[in-house]
Amino acid sequence: MRKIGTPYLLLLPGFGFLFTFFILPIINLAQTSTQTAVGGGDTGQYEQTLRFQNYIDAFVENRAQFGRSFAYALIATILALAIAYPLAYAIAFKGGKLKNFMLVLVVAPFFTSFLLRTVAWKQILGEEGFVVPTLRNLGIISQSTTLTSTSFAVVMGMTYNFLPFMTLPLYASIDRIDPRTLEASGDLYANGFTTFRKVTLPLSMPGVVAGTLLTFIPAAGDYVNAAILGNPNTKMIGNVIESRYFKIVDYPTAAALSFTLMAVILILVTVYVRKAGTEELV
Amino acid sequence: MSQKIKDATIPHIPTSARISRWIGRNLIRIYAVFAFTYLFIPVAYTFAFSFNNSGKSNLIWQGFTLNNWRNPCGAPEVCTALANSIKIGFLATTFSTILGTMIAFAIGRYSFKGRSTSNLLIFLPMATPEIVLGASLLSLFLVFKINPGFWPTVIAHVMFCISFVVVTVKARIASLDPRLEQAAMDLYANERETFRRVTLPLVAPGIAAAALLAFSLSFDDFIITNFNSGTVNTFPKFIYTSAARGIPAQANVIGSSMFFLALAIVITGQIVGRKRKVSA
Repeated sequence: MRKIGTPYLLLLPGFGFLFTFFILPIINLAQTSTQTAVGGGDTGQYEQTLRFQNYIDAFVENRAQFGRSFAYALIATILALAIAYPLAYAIAFKGGKLKNFMLVLVVAPFFTSFLLRTVAWKQILGEEGFVVPTLRNLGIISQSTTLTSTSFAVVMGMTYNFLPFMTLPLYASIDRIDPRTLEASGDLYANGFTTFRKVTLPLSMPGVVAGTLLTFIPAAGDYVNAAILGNPNTKMIGNVIESRYFKIVDYPTAAALSFTLMAVILILVTVYVRKAGTEELV
Repeated sequence: MSQKIKDATIPHIPTSARISRWIGRNLIRIYAVFAFTYLFIPVAYTFAFSFNNSGKSNLIWQGFTLNNWRNPCGAPEVCTALANSIKIGFLATTFSTILGTMIAFAIGRYSFKGRSTSNLLIFLPMATPEIVLGASLLSLFLVFKINPGFWPTVIAHVMFCISFVVVTVKARIASLDPRLEQAAMDLYANERETFRRVTLPLVAPGIAAAALLAFSLSFDDFIITNFNSGTVNTFPKFIYTSAARGIPAQANVIGSSMFFLALAIVITGQIVGRKRKVSA
């Protein structure tokens, strides 16, 4: 009975907007990525020469930063999963009446600006903070070891900043598990670990997949943590793209790097989702 | 008296065993306390240092003062940046909530040709790294000779907020009981009345949640903003650029206020939601 045109009319303004300001820019970015500088032109002037060599040049020149981006993002994702899983489990199964309140607590740190929190970590882990002197006095780290401006600090900052992205989807899928399935597993003489491995974990897989993606994707493209908590040797691909744009005005290289980053992430995500075998993403 | 009965009926368990048993049983709760502590360390730090009598650089504790809270605009640029962030946030929230809700109704309520492509188009911006979104949009603006600034930033924020609005509102639409609408139709409400008096009020909490999410995403965004805002300063941008020389304590005041404000909104929302549920 409903008019056939209605859904399209509803979609039109939003998709028109997304087409103009998301699809079109991506197409334009693809065009920029094969341009070269105009001979004798001003800085920032480029012409289309379909130079696909740009991709190879950009990748070879920045392969260390690429490697670092994916390594850091991977470690941060694994750490976040390890921290968030028990937390989501605790909220879902032991939260009781406080469940909703605890969920608010998970999201609450979000409300203090992302950058303020990162700067706060920088100062907490810094020389004037309380962590470094305490660890030194306890002999856990040597007198000359610092925590800020290290890859450790960058990964830690990323783990911290993306933790809510991991916790919420995990909670959503763990909360949907019927506790009786766990009881049944116990009744069938499975111990706690077997129950977790064979019942809880498989049932929470959609949350694991969603959470790891929501952490990994922004982490791989992030450059704020590396800029605030790192040093010149912890630069990620995001830092390179940023400086190519703003400092060197090398748009083609920045575009080629952006495109490579996006392509690698999309491929990894597709493979991962296929392997994990869940369609419950969107 | 009661102590004696206890001693008589319960076999004696050594305290250490009792403690370890209690820890074993509550391990996951103890863990949750630690995890929450970890989550709140930088928030607590930011709050504490908002009271620092710091002068220019807010790096070392120099004594307690309320001056920063009395005069949050004391540091130059902080409040200009904040005002920009709020303006951009409101505009981006309004537009993205309207556009996103329409898409959510189309995808959540109708089956039509191209529905799965629509889902993909919604998913793609969320799967694209922010730096790519920011850089590509800036390239487009440069091609059309549009200078980055206030409105390009609003457009950029609407663009990345839409998907999150769609996903949030769609989840709410999916959880609706279709019988409620059927009941309205049975009671001779026409399509428009059913939508206005039954569907929309039921979806409203989802739209409100989506708007809140959009505002916090917009307000907190740095990467995409940094690419498209040109000389317009926003609150996150202000912190980023002043991070090297130490951010003024007034920024901590604003960060902490935002934290308490948002917490109050969320908790009020939950209480109202619970009351409604009880009265229904």
